[in-house]
Amino acid sequence: MSALTVETGAAHAAILGVGAYRPARLVPNSEVVDAIDSSDEWIQQRSGIRTRRIADDSETVISMAVDASRGAVEHAGIDIRQIDCVIVATISHLIQTPSAATAIAHQLGTDQAAAFDISAACAGFCHGVALANDMVRAGSARYALVIGVEKLSDITDPTDRGTGFIFADGAGAVVIGPSETPGIGPVVWGSDGEHYDHIRTPDLRDLVASDQPHMPFLSMKGSEVFRWASFAMAKVAQQALDRAGITVDELDCFIPHQANNRITDTMARAMKLPPTVRIARDIIDAGNTSAASVPLALHRMIEEGDARSGDIALLVAFGAGLSYAAQVVVVP
Amino acid sequence: MSTEEIRAALADIVNEVAGIPADDVQLDKSFSDDLDVDSLSMVEVVVEAEEKFGVTIPDDEVKNLKTVGDAVAFIERNRAA
Repeated sequence: MSALTVETGAAHAAILGVGAYRPARLVPNSEVVDAIDSSDEWIQQRSGIRTRRIADDSETVISMAVDASRGAVEHAGIDIRQIDCVIVATISHLIQTPSAATAIAHQLGTDQAAAFDISAACAGFCHGVALANDMVRAGSARYALVIGVEKLSDITDPTDRGTGFIFADGAGAVVIGPSETPGIGPVVWGSDGEHYDHIRTPDLRDLVASDQPHMPFLSMKGSEVFRWASFAMAKVAQQALDRAGITVDELDCFIPHQANNRITDTMARAMKLPPTVRIARDIIDAGNTSAASVPLALHRMIEEGDARSGDIALLVAFGAGLSYAAQVVVVP
Repeated sequence: MSTEEIRAALADIVNEVAGIPADDVQLDKSFSDDLDVDSLSMVEVVVEAEEKFGVTIPDDEVKNLKTVGDAVAFIERNRAA
């Protein structure tokens, strides 16, 4: 029997570039309070959110992802045609098939790339980083683009007091490629399908059959999710640090999924992060952008000098499924 | 622990999480109406209480704990079990 030839990739992989797209329209709390019979103060107190970005008709999942990707490729200093895999994390590409990734790859001009979407909701981007890291090291891709993109305004019920003020739109992307030193630590990931219904959209067949068809709005059990995210995810984040051999004192940046500023606060407290760790707070004026929130927050921290090249950053993302993933990365 | 000891320890937690004076946290007080502890802060109180008193307070149970007395009684029952 003949043995198969196998290939190996780079010894190490790293995030080489980061890009972002933020929709032009900034929506303050004052524009969303009437529909949920609430107040600016209530929203800020419960979530930290002051404003969010909402895409218009011209800003689509595809277009936002393409813009963010161009930024990431430019930052990485490579040619777009060197990208040989495009991974898109999203829950708001509202075409069941084909994937958003193939259209994005085509518009970017890298038609030869493998392209597919992954469905891990708010945790999708960190799942994508884990996949791309392994692909580059195993030799199945040289340069992979990992995109988190959402147009959650399409699937948010503006009258739902639990979600109407939280969700928003945007895209973030990273290029992951070969590196001389380790740039992405081991992933700690998992799922908890017992709580499948905690965050979800309805079955489309039920919507179509209903008297008043509407978009597949997200629903969320806020208190249950808050508890899981704040406490269980702090443990997952700590495990990612431990697996990478990094102590909280060596950590420079903490970039959790921007779900709710109070989840971030509670996690940071539970992990006993020292005050030297810079914590992502993009949610305050960007809202919760699900799969896009971690790369958007990373991009902003780089832009504003809170994350510098070579810094050690802890990423942790969690959401519907329930599903979660965390890893330590080196900031490009 | 006596009822009063549990109440006092719980009051410390409520004070730490929500900044409410511990003396205000009396058995007849409603967390949401009297003490202004919102649902997310309540989750934090519950998790801290689980740790401090060695009990498990399931999500489904949290909504039944309307007053400080409800919470203290739940803790007493489940500590004994």
